Amino acid sequence: MEMPLPDQTVLARKAEIVALLRRVLPAGSVIDAPEETYAYECDALTAYRCPPLAVVLPETTEQVAAALKICHEQNVPVVPRGAGTSLAGGAMPTSDAVIIGIAKMNEVLETDYDNRIIRVQTGRTNLSVTGAVEENGFFYAPDPSSQLACAIAGNIAMNSGGAHCLKYGVTTNNLLGARLVTIEGDIIDVGGPYMDAGGLDLLALICGSEGQLGIVTEATLRILPKPEGARPILIGFDDNEVAGACVSDVIKAGILPVAIEFMDRICIRATEDFAGAGYPDCEALLIVEVEGSDAEIDAQLERISEIAQKHNPVELRQSQSAEESAKIWLGRKSAFGAMGQINDYMCLDGTIPVSQLPLVLRRISELSEEFGLKVGNVFHAGDGNMHPLILFDANKPGDLEKCEDLGAEILKLCVSVGGCLTGEHGVGVEKRELMTHQFSADDLDIQMAVKDVFDEKWLLNPAKVFPLSVSASRRGPQEVNR
Amino acid sequence: MIPKTEIEMAETIREAKSPIALHGGGSRGLSVHGDPIKTTGLNGITLYEPGSLTLVAQAGTPILDIEAALAAEGQRLAFEPMDSRGLTGSAGASTIGGVVAANNSGPRRVSVGACRDFLLGVRFIDGMGRAISNGGRVMKNVTGYDLAKLMAGSWGTLGVMTEVSLKVLPNPEMTGVLLLNGLDDQAAVAVMSKALGSPFEVTGAAHAPVGVDGHPVTMLRLEGFEESVTYRLDALRQHLASDAEQVIETSPDRTTAGWKWVRDVELFHGRKGNVWRVSVKPSDAPALVSRIENDAVLYDWGGGLIWLLCPEDEDVRSKMHGVQGHATLVRGEGHLLFHPEPTAIVKLSQGLRAKFDPRGLFNQGLMG
Repeated sequence: MEMPLPDQTVLARKAEIVALLRRVLPAGSVIDAPEETYAYECDALTAYRCPPLAVVLPETTEQVAAALKICHEQNVPVVPRGAGTSLAGGAMPTSDAVIIGIAKMNEVLETDYDNRIIRVQTGRTNLSVTGAVEENGFFYAPDPSSQLACAIAGNIAMNSGGAHCLKYGVTTNNLLGARLVTIEGDIIDVGGPYMDAGGLDLLALICGSEGQLGIVTEATLRILPKPEGARPILIGFDDNEVAGACVSDVIKAGILPVAIEFMDRICIRATEDFAGAGYPDCEALLIVEVEGSDAEIDAQLERISEIAQKHNPVELRQSQSAEESAKIWLGRKSAFGAMGQINDYMCLDGTIPVSQLPLVLRRISELSEEFGLKVGNVFHAGDGNMHPLILFDANKPGDLEKCEDLGAEILKLCVSVGGCLTGEHGVGVEKRELMTHQFSADDLDIQMAVKDVFDEKWLLNPAKVFPLSVSASRRGPQEVNR
Repeated sequence: MIPKTEIEMAETIREAKSPIALHGGGSRGLSVHGDPIKTTGLNGITLYEPGSLTLVAQAGTPILDIEAALAAEGQRLAFEPMDSRGLTGSAGASTIGGVVAANNSGPRRVSVGACRDFLLGVRFIDGMGRAISNGGRVMKNVTGYDLAKLMAGSWGTLGVMTEVSLKVLPNPEMTGVLLLNGLDDQAAVAVMSKALGSPFEVTGAAHAPVGVDGHPVTMLRLEGFEESVTYRLDALRQHLASDAEQVIETSPDRTTAGWKWVRDVELFHGRKGNVWRVSVKPSDAPALVSRIENDAVLYDWGGGLIWLLCPEDEDVRSKMHGVQGHATLVRGEGHLLFHPEPTAIVKLSQGLRAKFDPRGLFNQGLMG
């Protein structure tokens, strides 16, 4: 992967820049010793690493603003960081960049059950937002699988999703307000505890902008009352196509499950070996979860069973208890870990129209054979967000490159059937160069023009999202480091 | 001008020499200075996959056509766009592009989200005449910046939408409404909050201090399969434990008419005065309303949306000190007037307009 060559003048002025930052930040909030910045050299895209110039860990919004102001004045690139769980390299630094991390800012500022909102500092982890309100019967809906570790700041930057977004939407649908610090150090409140924008919907722009428009330090989030209960049904099929048709029929019948998860044979076998969830050995497995009272759940699961029966399932298991539910979910939840036991893997994140599922699965298995790498499929079938897992051996020379090439082919396939490169992980550095397959030059130009408005000097996460050659003129004439 | 294709639309914009007033169906009664360009030539549903809950349509497609196509498959636009003609006194057939441009979202917004939340992608012509695509037709998409949601609610000030793709949802088997009579505004908002905070998935919560029969009425809507709605109506009643007189309405005609009455603010139809639309935190609503001189009021979204019919000299905004939110003059002297925004937001919004529409062609002055 290519990254721009670091700005030599910034590297040469490291001591001066660090001293300026120390002047406005509390002791211990600026880290520049190589043995300490090392911990920030990558995010969850661990294949690529680079220690930053320095790391700043502010304790207040004002300190974030002060640090950004200095970086802006000194022309130092900034890489915002939440919890560093990005799978796309969204928080991956360059050697001339200052990381600004909001991990120390994790307070709940306000909970308001009457208006169903919570205001938090964005260093707070996703799961602990729910943790703060669940005793009162509420929860925060977006639930990325990294929710134990990932921060709301990163969720907002990447517009994170999760398994339950078929019903509850993704971050952008659950975010009402943000306190944004601009690269110039201005603190701006966008949106608030009300349900629509008073002018242009800037909040929609900020959410999912991958840290390229500013740093969000506080967020007003929508919280929802917890359903009375939830239970899944597990359905096994001997044919991917039939499983896809079943998903479509469930949706057409007017049932809106909270989640519809899909696993293929490779993943089923891997998880059985790993977790022993008792899944049938079949071609495709669906886990469909519905919510409500016990009686409502029974009625909905009965409807789903009736639909599934018409497609001749090899297995149909309706959960009757919390214990049975946990067992059904066990395999799905350990799928990534199970695949990791077999080999290194790369997790893709393209989305496709649900109707294209059979075609895409068929093409993926052809590509898998062509490249000689195994691909397992586990994904959110209700919304078409695929997570093909490509198995490779990181220690085998050339295998990572081959895996990345196969990944690129699969993502191009997703685009060609009317889908997109990334459904919930973000573009980051990982899918940056593929953007031209989804967007025309004009499509990308107007997106970059948005960045021009918020960050004229292109200092915020500059080498992300847009192909390097496409953003080159905006980032200034820089050489590229292979 | 009524361009017939996206290419024609792009050419028209490229060749434009003076400000343009963009029109969909003209149902929102806007008066904007400029040469009129209508989107109604871009008409037709491009793609509809009921099994994927996805519909793609050209921007000028009449909303009635879209609703009819969806109804044929037992589906709907869940964000429940209002028919604003009765309120603005205009004629014309609302288009899907106009609905999106206004981020027009009805009572169900409080539970399922606004128009912008169902918008999966757009195509539009920017001020340079370039055809831009953003988003797509899939439900989960974080590829690049979300310009689609930016276009929603931009009232045609950033570009001409030519195509929109939307997530749609199934029609429920049954609708049930719990009506509570005689509550004052404060108590009504409290009851609505309690209902919306319950696990019973209330999909509409509205209150009229003076309802159809002249008395206060609070409306709570439940939708779903019959067995579920029946159960939830009862469970909700117990949960609220309200002393107010209660009526349950399940007749399809009456529940549909009742929520159309809320959606379209029929209470104000045919009455003189300025119409304000105020968006606030629900719990702030009753006290705010008590400070405003008004002839009629309707609370929707559990109190988060207030419709006010006011004397022409009443300035609603001057009463909003200390209240977070915004007020839009929907009908009054001149045209639609948006709430003035903080300087930093104005600067960013103007910056965006300068990039999207550098020649200042589109709906000049409409949003400030």
